[in-house]
Amino acid sequence: MNPIDQNTDMNQKSTSKLNKIDQYRRQFVGGTVAATAGLALAPGLLLQTVQAKPAEQAVSSKNRWGLLIDTTKCADGCNDCVTACNQEHGLREIHGPATDAQWIRTVKLKNKSTGHTLNMPMMCQHCENPPCVDVCPTGASFKREDGIVLVDKHICIGCRYCMMACPYKARSFIHETLTDQLPVAPRGKGTVEACTLCMHKVDRGDGTTACATACKEKAITFGDLNDKNSLIAKKLATNGGRQLRAELGLNPGVRYQGL
Amino acid sequence: MKKLRYTSIDGKSSSFLALLGGLGFFILLGFIAFLQMEHEGHHITGMSNQVIWGLPHVFAIFLIVAASGALNVASIASVFNQKFYKPLAKLSAVLAIALLVGGLIVLLLDLGRPDRLIVAITYYNFKSIFTWNILLYTGFIGIVGVYLWTMMDWQVEKYTRIAGTAAFIWRLILTTGTGSIFGFLVSRQAYDAAIMAPMFVIMSFSFGLAIYLLVLLASYSWTGRELGDYVVNRLKNLLGVFIAATLYFTLAYHLTNLYATEHHGVEAYILLNGGAITAIFWIGQILLGSIVPLALLYCPRPARLRKMTGIASALVILGGFSTLYVILIGGQSFPMTLIPGYEATSTFSDGVIAQYSPSIWEFMLGMGGVAIALIIVTLALKIFRLIPESLDDNFAKPHQS
Repeated sequence: MNPIDQNTDMNQKSTSKLNKIDQYRRQFVGGTVAATAGLALAPGLLLQTVQAKPAEQAVSSKNRWGLLIDTTKCADGCNDCVTACNQEHGLREIHGPATDAQWIRTVKLKNKSTGHTLNMPMMCQHCENPPCVDVCPTGASFKREDGIVLVDKHICIGCRYCMMACPYKARSFIHETLTDQLPVAPRGKGTVEACTLCMHKVDRGDGTTACATACKEKAITFGDLNDKNSLIAKKLATNGGRQLRAELGLNPGVRYQGL
Repeated sequence: MKKLRYTSIDGKSSSFLALLGGLGFFILLGFIAFLQMEHEGHHITGMSNQVIWGLPHVFAIFLIVAASGALNVASIASVFNQKFYKPLAKLSAVLAIALLVGGLIVLLLDLGRPDRLIVAITYYNFKSIFTWNILLYTGFIGIVGVYLWTMMDWQVEKYTRIAGTAAFIWRLILTTGTGSIFGFLVSRQAYDAAIMAPMFVIMSFSFGLAIYLLVLLASYSWTGRELGDYVVNRLKNLLGVFIAATLYFTLAYHLTNLYATEHHGVEAYILLNGGAITAIFWIGQILLGSIVPLALLYCPRPARLRKMTGIASALVILGGFSTLYVILIGGQSFPMTLIPGYEATSTFSDGVIAQYSPSIWEFMLGMGGVAIALIIVTLALKIFRLIPESLDDNFAKPHQS
């Protein structure tokens, strides 16, 4: 074999070696991409099983449950989140919007000078420093360790001071006798109530809320604000999110994008 | 100065029984309203998820604010040692307790769950000004009760000044607490103001004294007792000062708000384009409740002193109700700003003025509270020796300089 041939042979060998290296590289890159994608998606997909807890286990301040609402996705005229919430908790139309309980409502906002409009759902903002809890004389308004703000219906005396104090007008008073309440939402005449952040679903480990599930546009993301790997935390880290009436310093658990 | 003789009123006349019957009738109406509201739920009232506190709270807070003010006459006597006011002190203390009881009953019966009163007095959240108020109100009744005892039993008379001072300090804290119900509310444009606490204190001076004057005039006139011009003059001059002071605080509150652009919306609503609220502010609170009484009190024709003082006091009470109506209903009906620069619309009255028209039930409940306060005073006058047989100008002579 002349040297040239030898060379050619060697070249062929090295080429096939290089090809193999390329193949390995491609596999490696592909694998890395897949692994990265997996790592990125896993918390979103696996969150529910990760966060499920036994019923007897107390809620923990390790979690801070919240919602992220992308107002750019919230469709004008859509009421799916409201309908889903009403169905989930057995809220019905009784005496009209002035006195009926509304745990979640869609608000249409229009900029007075530019005419820019946007839509967004409003519900209890589950503040870290909730004024409703501060003013409640009996302690019926309270905040769970995991940030969910609730009303203890057994010790609510119906004074409505919490409704006066809420800067988001998120609470409703029950103005009439109710029948056929659902087990997941104990409610009664003469007491105050609001969005529970679907605590029955959260505690069950569903990892979502009725409104978030119902939103076809995926405008509502539920998750753990304390968990850096959660989808909500990542979305907030990437695109930010505003708190309503942030100047009050209440640090709500519900955040908004696109305002 | 001749010795004053304190006597209870006869209370046997048909007009006395008619008075009791009339008050009893209003109490009955209030009770019916309470039963109706509790049975049906609050949807039969004008209150809603937007206007959360309605007419019952206007009545209740008026009575509670006036209660602490009604004690002023006694405080001037015991704390500031003005002997002239001493014969007037017992009625002042009784009226203070009566008004507070009337107000608290209205507040209690308007609760969504009044049957849970036991919860309200066994579970406390000490960060809530409401919790403090529960303690301040019940404490007030106790302290003024002891104060009254020191005034009525010569054996403990030496403690009158201590008890009176304690009651005076307590009533200042109490009205600070009542004003702070609104002062501590960050959510709404019309509230969240430190001036609320002192403004309520000065309002209490005015409303309380106006009620005291009417009760005093009625007690003496209806029982044929003599009440000298000097007493009426002193008290009506004091009322004039309190009305002017209340006006000053109202002015300071609105001027401060008018300076801050963020409050221009709510100020325009209350002062200019709020419809009924604007009318109640200018006509009820300012014109009839302040300017006209000031004119009546400071420019009376001597022959009609009592009449003028009586009308002025009644107008101050009307002005007091108007003031609380504007603060309560006006403050709640103006929408919250969710995002500055944007106007909001929703199914939950976002961005619009909330509508409120009080129902007859609310009015009946409120009037029931007033009637309870007045029947307590009437019965106390019959049972106890609270007022001197005569407060003619001879009694007042040593005090005139």
